Amino acid sequence: MNETLTLSTKDQFLAHFERLDFSFDADFSKEKRKKAKSFIDEMEFPTSKTEYWKYTRINKIIKGNYQVNFPENEIEIDLAVPSKNCIVLVNGYYNEALSWFDKQVGVTFSSLSQAKETEPILKDKFDSIARNEHEIFTAINTAYHQDGAFLHVEKNVKVEESFYVVNIVDDSNVLAHPRNFFYLESGSEANVVLKTISMSTSSSFTNMVSEIFVDANAFLELNKIQDEQEGDYQIANEQVRQLDDSRFKINTFTLNGALVRNNLNIELLGKNIETWLNGLYPLKGKQHVDNHTYVLHQEPNCVSHELYKGILDDQSTGVFNGKVFVYREAQKTNAYQSNANMVLTDNASAYSKPELEIYADDVKCSHGSVTGQLDEEAMFYLRSRGMSEKSSRAVLLNAFASDVVEHIGVEAVKTEIEAFIDRNYQSIK
Amino acid sequence: MASEEELLEEITSSEYKYGFYTDIESDKAPLGLSEDIIRLISTKKNEPEWMLKYRLNAYEAWKKMKEPNWAHLKYPKPDFQAIHYYSAPKQKKKLGSLDEVDPELLETFNKLGISIQEQERLTGVAVDVVVDSISVATSFKKKLGELGIIFCSFSDAVQEHPELVQKYLGSVVPPTDNFYAALNAAVFTDGSFCYIPKGVRCPMELSTYFRINEANTGQFERTLVVAEPGSYVSYLEGCTAPMRDENQLHAAVVELIAKDDAEIKYSTIQNWYPGNKEGVGGIYNFVTKRGLCLENAKISWTQVETGSAVTWKYPSCILKGDNSVGEFYSVAVTANHQQADTGTKMLHLGKNTKSTIISKGISAGKSNNSYRGLVSIAKGATNSRNFTQCDSLLMGNDCGAHTFPYIEVKNKSAKVEHEATTSKIGEDQIFYCKQRGMDEETAINLIVNGYCKEVLNQLPMEFAVEAQKLLEISLEGSVG
Repeated sequence: MNETLTLSTKDQFLAHFERLDFSFDADFSKEKRKKAKSFIDEMEFPTSKTEYWKYTRINKIIKGNYQVNFPENEIEIDLAVPSKNCIVLVNGYYNEALSWFDKQVGVTFSSLSQAKETEPILKDKFDSIARNEHEIFTAINTAYHQDGAFLHVEKNVKVEESFYVVNIVDDSNVLAHPRNFFYLESGSEANVVLKTISMSTSSSFTNMVSEIFVDANAFLELNKIQDEQEGDYQIANEQVRQLDDSRFKINTFTLNGALVRNNLNIELLGKNIETWLNGLYPLKGKQHVDNHTYVLHQEPNCVSHELYKGILDDQSTGVFNGKVFVYREAQKTNAYQSNANMVLTDNASAYSKPELEIYADDVKCSHGSVTGQLDEEAMFYLRSRGMSEKSSRAVLLNAFASDVVEHIGVEAVKTEIEAFIDRNYQSIK
Repeated sequence: MASEEELLEEITSSEYKYGFYTDIESDKAPLGLSEDIIRLISTKKNEPEWMLKYRLNAYEAWKKMKEPNWAHLKYPKPDFQAIHYYSAPKQKKKLGSLDEVDPELLETFNKLGISIQEQERLTGVAVDVVVDSISVATSFKKKLGELGIIFCSFSDAVQEHPELVQKYLGSVVPPTDNFYAALNAAVFTDGSFCYIPKGVRCPMELSTYFRINEANTGQFERTLVVAEPGSYVSYLEGCTAPMRDENQLHAAVVELIAKDDAEIKYSTIQNWYPGNKEGVGGIYNFVTKRGLCLENAKISWTQVETGSAVTWKYPSCILKGDNSVGEFYSVAVTANHQQADTGTKMLHLGKNTKSTIISKGISAGKSNNSYRGLVSIAKGATNSRNFTQCDSLLMGNDCGAHTFPYIEVKNKSAKVEHEATTSKIGEDQIFYCKQRGMDEETAINLIVNGYCKEVLNQLPMEFAVEAQKLLEISLEGSVG
């Protein structure tokens, strides 16, 4: 062996951030960054032996050679966002030219960096629930996030118009670390559309963290659309905290991306909470999508419904790992998990791991997991009515996906997803 | 009226009924594990060179392995140097009939309610009694011999049928498979060997009763069942162990080989000492069980797990041949401070392979009961089918019930279904029974038995009766 000093993969990856300057950042945020760095020091990247990452190899991500792009406002794109509220981040940085916001009483919607200066609630709440000590990618985001979106809806304010947060990656090999913060005060209602897209790129890596607070009696619907290019990587962490009588719904649509990993952690910290987690991953090519969900029932009388569906074509891989944890105190919990996968070729793989960990006795917890393929009889029925094989297939896949799609409460999103599925499976209309 | 709490209290605190200790003089190896001890075991057992080599290789591999800690279990790790790896009842001579068996030993079995004579006379079951690692009595050997069936202790098999043992030993569970399998391969002292020749249908249920007897004796059993093409055998394994305050380690390995068109039915009742109600003592039961199915073969595992302080056990099927079938039926009951992490692995490799998993967990007291299972459908396993159902029943609010299923599908023609539920006994069900004049305990017994019926039905008749009794005892008061 020669004498050259070789850096570990972790150090090489972290070296990408050396060019970033956070000196302008708010003091409380600098503290958080410092603390997160100490967690990073103690942790290693997950390997094939890490149970939590069992089916997902991240070598491609962590061994990549990235550029960290700086803010620039010259980007031409028609986002066609059907809303008056939209924040756009390009390569992790806030892009003012593309963003707009219809000011209204009781609502603050801005970039995170601006909010850090003007919003006092961030001092207590920013980075208060993210799992830095458990998840190295979350810690990296906390330590090196560039910017993100901030939403604060005050008490009893109800907003119908969607809040769009669009993350764009505009070049290849970009390393983007957006950080979002959504806070709904008690009795408020809102819906957020969180979109990640990329423009003719490959091998870009977006590592996003969102902290979401839903206070008592509030209702938040979050529609997450992941539609990057087929060479891009994404790891998204959502950490959600719900209080008494609140409702939270998240629909995750993974439409594109080479490797996408979603860590969705929801803590039910009150009574009578209702939660919906839905996901749809229609995959093709060599896509690899890994959905990890964790629902923590800590108090009595809460309900959680989970439905994840995958359509796995070509050589794609779909992973679902859902966990429901019920504390001793959480009596009368009603938790349901369901995962269904449609495997369309012999080269596609489906991995499903629905887990239950239950310490309370008066509960109704169940899960179901089904992996199969198109129903031959249904195919035959459609074919015998004169439909081509392709059309029949599309109709059935559409029907399969519709269970998830019908959960979308925002019309524009519903239309968008339906259009995608139609296009993807060339449905007849 | 006894409240539910009182009943629960009664049940969850009911102590192990089979805690007694038979005083038979033992021939023991010194404490600890080393190459010398392994040589000693091998010499004592008069083993051929290849057997010693097999053990030493396993020992070398074991030294490099780490104890698994991924299971949902918490227990002080055993001290492997504080165990006697060899202990044999002293008067080991060939016995011609049961009359020659140590009367004290027979008394032990009588206490357990299993009289050998009775079994022999009434049920036609051949019983190979294993006390502390050494076979003491074997019956019906002659009758089986006429059919060419070999059913004997493992050490006898090594002496009398070395070619068979050498061929199949470690072929399903290699000596380096996992930490406990490697340990077993290095130090196993005895066990059972069963060979069914081509096309033979074994006319009786083969059964073995295992007991851990001498204090501080790790029990390392090795079972090997080979079913030649077209044969059938049903094998029963059951165990109870005496009360002891120190944790005892039990690391058994069971290998099944079902060749083309053969069928093996393997049933287990496991009732090792679970520790007292404070969770002191009790057996550590770390078992590796695996079966290999060739074409059109079938392996069916049925288990009723009520004992042991800690259970770590995953009877598995490798469905290698086309059209082979694997089944797993399990009832696992944990009470007091017991912990169980048990389930199965179904590895589908051949075409048109089928597997069924029915698992029923019951947790009471302060226990934790986990189902952990893997269903893996390989790319070439076209048209494979799996159905899994795992239900958990919680009794009381200090216990836990967990489900960790792994499902991996790699082709487009496989169908895999999994469902799991966790609940407690419905108040309306209890109300219904009580309204019809049953007391609460009887009602709970009835409901639990109904809940487990799907599994108990798979057991051979004699076992089913015993299992039902065992469930009642385990749940007594609690019944549950």
